Amino acid sequence: MHKNAGSDFLVHKLTATERKSVRSKTLGNGSRVAVIGGGPAGSFFSYFLLDLAQRIDMHIQVEIYEPRDFFTPGPKGCNMCGGIISESLVQTLAAEGIPLPSGVIQRGIDSYLLHTDTGSVRIETPLNEKRIGAVHRGAGPKDSEGTKWGGFDGYLQILAIEKGAQLHQTRVEDVTFSDGYPTLRSSNGQTKSYDLLAITSGVNTNTLKIFQNLNIGYDPPKTTRTLIREYYLGQKNVDDFIGTSMHVFLLDIPRIKFAALIPKEDYVTLCLLGDDLDETTLQIFLNCPQVRQCFPPDFDLQNSCKCLPRMVTKGSSQPYADRMIFIGDCGVSRLYKDGIGAAYRCAKAAATACIFEGISKDDFKQYYWPFCKSMHRDNKFGKLVFAVTHLLRKRLFTRRAVTRMVLSEQNKEGKHRIMSTVLWDMFTGSASYKDIFLLTLQPIFLISFFQHIISALWNGTIYNNSMR
Amino acid sequence: MKSGELGKTFQDGEIIIHQNDVGECMFVIQSGQVEIFQNKNKREVRLATLKSGDFFGEMAIFDHEVRSASVRALGEVRVLTVDKKNFLKRVHEDPSLAYHIVQTMSQRIRHLDAQNTRIKAADRRNWDKRPEVYNGRN
Repeated sequence: MHKNAGSDFLVHKLTATERKSVRSKTLGNGSRVAVIGGGPAGSFFSYFLLDLAQRIDMHIQVEIYEPRDFFTPGPKGCNMCGGIISESLVQTLAAEGIPLPSGVIQRGIDSYLLHTDTGSVRIETPLNEKRIGAVHRGAGPKDSEGTKWGGFDGYLQILAIEKGAQLHQTRVEDVTFSDGYPTLRSSNGQTKSYDLLAITSGVNTNTLKIFQNLNIGYDPPKTTRTLIREYYLGQKNVDDFIGTSMHVFLLDIPRIKFAALIPKEDYVTLCLLGDDLDETTLQIFLNCPQVRQCFPPDFDLQNSCKCLPRMVTKGSSQPYADRMIFIGDCGVSRLYKDGIGAAYRCAKAAATACIFEGISKDDFKQYYWPFCKSMHRDNKFGKLVFAVTHLLRKRLFTRRAVTRMVLSEQNKEGKHRIMSTVLWDMFTGSASYKDIFLLTLQPIFLISFFQHIISALWNGTIYNNSMR
Repeated sequence: MKSGELGKTFQDGEIIIHQNDVGECMFVIQSGQVEIFQNKNKREVRLATLKSGDFFGEMAIFDHEVRSASVRALGEVRVLTVDKKNFLKRVHEDPSLAYHIVQTMSQRIRHLDAQNTRIKAADRRNWDKRPEVYNGRN
């Protein structure tokens, strides 16, 4: 219904100034923009590009190329991701006037449950409010009744189309330059030139090879494999065993950097991040009693929808060229966390540069690259934070110290709950890695953590405040 | 509350914001309606009714004054808070984030201007229709 609802774009008889603006490397009335990839980065970019243009009465045409149908359940319509809308993105979208309706949000999350082999502790959201959204990226896992809900990517695509974007449900086969303009050849045989090409295809695609062969200086991001599984539990079991908490595991299992169970309405998504994860690692994880207790006793953990998507570990060092800009995962993203939030921020920075500054390589270097660089810098702090977490996970007494410290903070005022805040910000992706790192350097935090380490060396109690 | 809902639920008549409290956040209505009212001379004066998608309490984000009015749930209502510190930090990174709020505040000023004009025009009509006895001529 929405697919052909594109813009009622007014084709102007261009004035001399407008023609100049189109010929030069800026966007103006009559400009045409192609977006390769209709996931969050592509939809956000299209939405904000049109929104900013409309604010200054500029008429541009935006065409999204996305072969997948996000309204079909299963792999064909899925973007392979854990599906968490972070606390900061939920609030930011609310301030933007972009609602996240129930149906798209599969479950509102109000707390995190940290599981270690020394016990489990709950960390609540500020104000006891559901501030994190769990979503299905597509129309749901394979064999699901897809009509029951709306996928997040499909919802954003509809927003972009309602803003005026046109959707071509076709694959881009090749990109060349014609008279200095990027020219697309799609799988339906059509060839079309554009003033600007935005690449938002993510990293789980062969499309990026086209741009490596173009010799424009683009280098694709470095990636690692992650492991995602979706288990059907039914709503009652999800309510009873997982609830409205995201379950995070701090267990000493080699190669796993982060492990979480994310509750949806009827499903639970298992998300494992780490280095070269394989089936053996997965089985070790699934056999942990801390993981088994999150499922009904007789539940078959082998029966699930599964995928091994790639995740960015280091962004591109030049995500732009003349009339070309790489947004989201195929440009830069946050390390391990809040990929959708990173896509939003990246898309908005790109749209602002394109509308107000220009679309040449130099314009992007001056106005888009600083944003990318800041994300690169923050990811370096992220690597440091994950390295420290890795060390804490390796020793029993440090795992116990973390659990004890979070428990001891539960009755304190917000500003004195530093370990809880550090873990909260890390799990939710709500704060920058730099902010998290600086928080851990506070003397009061270091003294308190040291005291809990000493205490944990002498006391081996198992803790539990995970009651819902 | 459905599993896929965000925010916090308030029941009919529950106060979400108290006039004269210090505010550290604004609210975005996810579902339901709220009424905004002020207490003046021990009487409640209703200022507005807001619905899903609307926001309130935004003045606390931009000034250091106490809440100018109270807000009460009209039926069951669900609201999402937007923290002042987080919001302003994001606005410093991306000033256009404030556009939607500025646009809505601009519409509210227009509405208030129109209301103000109507009140002044009514005052003027009442003044013109005043009995002679008040005109100092009798």
